[in-house]
Amino acid sequence: MKSAIIVFPGTNRERDMAIALERASGRKPAMVFHLQDALPPGTDLVVLPGGFSHGDYLRCGAMAAQSPIMRAVRDFAERGGLVLGVCNGFQILTEAGLLPGALLRNATLRFLSMDCHMRVERADTPFTSHWQKGAVFRSPMAHGDGNYFCDDETLARLNGEGLVAFRYATPEGSITPAANRNGARDNIAGILSPTLRICGLMPHPEDLVDPLMGGTDGLPLFTSLLDSLASA
Amino acid sequence: MRARVTIMPKTGVLDPQGKAIGHALGSLGFAGVGEVRAGKVIELELSEADPAKARAVAEEMARRLLANTVIESFKVELA
Repeated sequence: MKSAIIVFPGTNRERDMAIALERASGRKPAMVFHLQDALPPGTDLVVLPGGFSHGDYLRCGAMAAQSPIMRAVRDFAERGGLVLGVCNGFQILTEAGLLPGALLRNATLRFLSMDCHMRVERADTPFTSHWQKGAVFRSPMAHGDGNYFCDDETLARLNGEGLVAFRYATPEGSITPAANRNGARDNIAGILSPTLRICGLMPHPEDLVDPLMGGTDGLPLFTSLLDSLASA
Repeated sequence: MRARVTIMPKTGVLDPQGKAIGHALGSLGFAGVGEVRAGKVIELELSEADPAKARAVAEEMARRLLANTVIESFKVELA
């Protein structure tokens, strides 16, 4: 696994992400600053980490989506490269049009910094193969704009084509309004591209990958990616 | 030439900020306030002197960056 983490001004979760990637793969990811216009040769996974890129000015992720490196990320994605966006990274992927929909202000208007639970909606993807379908795992989350929105047509397509990767759930796996703290449509926490090669989610599995962090619930995301690249 | 781009959440898109403003107005004692929607205004100073061209370029800017047309609508006014 030769991963590259994209760093924008205001990105602040890149080191957490690097720890998770290194823990899963034994290999340090490259840090790529947004003004660069190419990915390191041989990159097989691009990760857009969390933070507040460009101060969240205009809209979360709007400025970052226009950064020079995003052209290379888009080309990489079009060639079938694996792209993971977490939190602000998910917002950037929607702003760049690499994933559908948008992330609105949380319905409560509150910044939500807490643990949540997510149900894995399918296990046959490069991002989720180390979980069982229907598995529930705990993950920290920390966002002000995580309320996933898309129009009815897009929602029907995401649900119909199985492009929802993760939904907010109770620890027992029920999809309830109470488990959906930010107000996302249909409890959507993370989605996939139709190719299943791009995944964006709001919570932070990278912050629960070591017993010292309080658990390893988030580790399967990274070991799944490693596995998918090793078998490619 | 100045262009003013007004960006509003689309009808049907949840606007928690507008809702919160509505609630705050209610608690200040303002009665008779229905739905409140909150958007943003961006003023642009453009070197383009031709109104039609200025409008076209401002609309292009709105489509590509200033508004996210998944969730927002926009209108351009020239001054």
